[in-house]
Amino acid sequence: MSLTAAVLVPLPVVLPLVAAGLALALWRHPRAQRIITVAALALVLAASVGLLVAADSGPIVVDVGGWAAPVGIDLVADRLSSLMLVVSSFVMLCVLLYSLAQGVADGDEEAPVAIYHPTFMVLAAGVFNAFLSGDLFNLYVGFEIFLAASYVLLTLGGTGERIRAGSIYVVVALLSSIVFLVAIALTYAATGTVNLAQLSERYAEIDPGTALAIQLLLLLAFGIKAAIFPLSAWLPDSYPTAPAPVTAVFAGLLTKVGVYAIIRTQTLLFPEDSVVDDVLMWLALLTMVVGILGAVAQNDIKRLLSFTLVSHIGYMIFGIALASEPGMAAAIFYVVHHITVQTTLFLVVGLVERRGGSTSLDRLGGLAKLAPGLAILFFIPAMNLAGIPPLSGFLGKVGLLEEGVAQGTPLAWALVVGSVVTSLLTLYAIVKAWNKAFWQTAPVEIPADTRLPRGMVGPATALVAFGLALTVVAGPLYSYTERAAATLLDGHTYVDAVFPGDSDRGQGESVEVATGDADAVETGGGTDG
Amino acid sequence: MTPSVVLVLAIGVLFAAGVYLLLERSLTRVLLGFILMGNGANLLFLVAGGRAGGAPLIGTTPEDEMSDPLVQAMVLTAIVITLGITAFVLAMAYRSWQLHGHDEVQDDLEDRRVARHAARNAPAFEDADTEESGASLDDEAAEVRDETDGDGDGITDGQEPPSSPAPRTAGHDGDARRDRPDHPRPDDRSDDGKEPR
Repeated sequence: MSLTAAVLVPLPVVLPLVAAGLALALWRHPRAQRIITVAALALVLAASVGLLVAADSGPIVVDVGGWAAPVGIDLVADRLSSLMLVVSSFVMLCVLLYSLAQGVADGDEEAPVAIYHPTFMVLAAGVFNAFLSGDLFNLYVGFEIFLAASYVLLTLGGTGERIRAGSIYVVVALLSSIVFLVAIALTYAATGTVNLAQLSERYAEIDPGTALAIQLLLLLAFGIKAAIFPLSAWLPDSYPTAPAPVTAVFAGLLTKVGVYAIIRTQTLLFPEDSVVDDVLMWLALLTMVVGILGAVAQNDIKRLLSFTLVSHIGYMIFGIALASEPGMAAAIFYVVHHITVQTTLFLVVGLVERRGGSTSLDRLGGLAKLAPGLAILFFIPAMNLAGIPPLSGFLGKVGLLEEGVAQGTPLAWALVVGSVVTSLLTLYAIVKAWNKAFWQTAPVEIPADTRLPRGMVGPATALVAFGLALTVVAGPLYSYTERAAATLLDGHTYVDAVFPGDSDRGQGESVEVATGDADAVETGGGTDG
Repeated sequence: MTPSVVLVLAIGVLFAAGVYLLLERSLTRVLLGFILMGNGANLLFLVAGGRAGGAPLIGTTPEDEMSDPLVQAMVLTAIVITLGITAFVLAMAYRSWQLHGHDEVQDDLEDRRVARHAARNAPAFEDADTEESGASLDDEAAEVRDETDGDGDGITDGQEPPSSPAPRTAGHDGDARRDRPDHPRPDDRSDDGKEPR
């Protein structure tokens, strides 16, 4: 817990917010906006890599404003958080560069830069805040920050179709926010705290029925965000209508924040509960199968990918529901893999749309001859998504399947079978899309002389390369996720880091006020008892 | 301690009214429902904060008579967030009204596809409910106001006519968005040049 590492913790939240403010103030100077936003995200990436290394030797805790942990808000960067930070900041940087090139190529018509840049930065700050938050209410604030930004990005330009899709998205997101807020209020009523570390100690002491009710409410709120099956219908409807880079970042990150929140609350707060795990297993199975059947029925690449996105959330929920170290490690690995590959695919589809003029598979064709590079760029992440052996998707799936077989319950076996079937159907759907878009004779004449802007191809290529790099470094990465899963499940590392030396308070300097506030908190604690 | 009955009742009423309004089609009413539920959640926080008390300032109130300041901070944050979101949703409802003349939350594409297929395949059936409007449920579902008919003129594209007799269905595909995934029409490439205004 070195001093230098602690300095890095707030940066992923602060830098994008400052950049958002500056970008908004400098709306007349697009070039300055670009430099500021790119620099901010690059710095966040650097800070995240630093955190990734530092957090390997123990979670790093920062009390915001010097207020000690249970009363004030704390930011905690443990292995899981910093791994998510690294991947998401890299992905966001690539998407930002891509959209900059798109803006330059299109004369900024598609994405009004003056609004786009600040909103994108706010989105980044919200996502990073959710990853770092050590406080349930701050997690809610992080969710609200990125949700508000996502409302703006999704309805960018305000065309009829986007307003239609945006209305549904906003209403569903508002509902999940209310559910989350109610869960927090009940938590506070039952335990008298919203600090995650303190909650993990106090949930064990309250009535199990109350704890279960709160757990299910939280799962409901996060399940809507993560698009788990019965709560997933909003996703394939709203995501495909947004501009390509926006869809890419939504698909890659926003659902994974929900998954992250589920991992965090399930492991840290709630004691192992086989009933809840069984429910999650069923949901995972349904999410996989229903999602992929939806994807098979689609005739538009963007919608097809949105359905595979829903479907593959099932794998992560499967890993969480296994509730064991290997299962959790595989789930975290899968999250990392899936953020990368899903974002890449949406970016490449943006290029395909640009090259072929459509994303409908009835109108695309023959692109393999016209744009062979594009065919490769689509093919590699597509195979990665389907889980073809050497690639990272395969490794994550194997980890899940191994643990499923090892547990050997009928439900786990059902999920193993479901995973394999889903994987095959993914392969079918995505190969069908590839064949139609790149291989069949073009049903509509596609202009032969268009060139894709190099600034858009570059970031997409970088992401494809990053996806391949995940395969190359899979060994160290997997052992990192195993260590992350171990600290998540041992139940004391996180709490010890926030409250060092068995104390009730963090390392803030609010000792003077401590007695009075602690009393007030204690009074609140009696409400539900 | 026991929470105040008045507060608990108020929370119940706010949530009930909020859920009722959320089930409406109009975005403005949905928004009102959200605001009511948000305020219900805020009251829930007040209940969670324990007994009422004096201002939590050292020197003003004895420590054992203070109210819990943490919930008030959280409620304040929640109110600010609700305010911002309300402004945004109002803007969105206004934009929807500008574009379509109404602010209804539309059916999603898959639902419309399913409804269209059902309307095409199944004969319209009669029962007490359908007689009043003269249209079957399927027909109604298929033609819930639809922004793909953005120009509102109901122009037919010479498209395979749906089996339902309602004339309005003809305008379903009137939008010129060529890449619409839900009704691929390989035989109809002629673009009528209409963009949604």
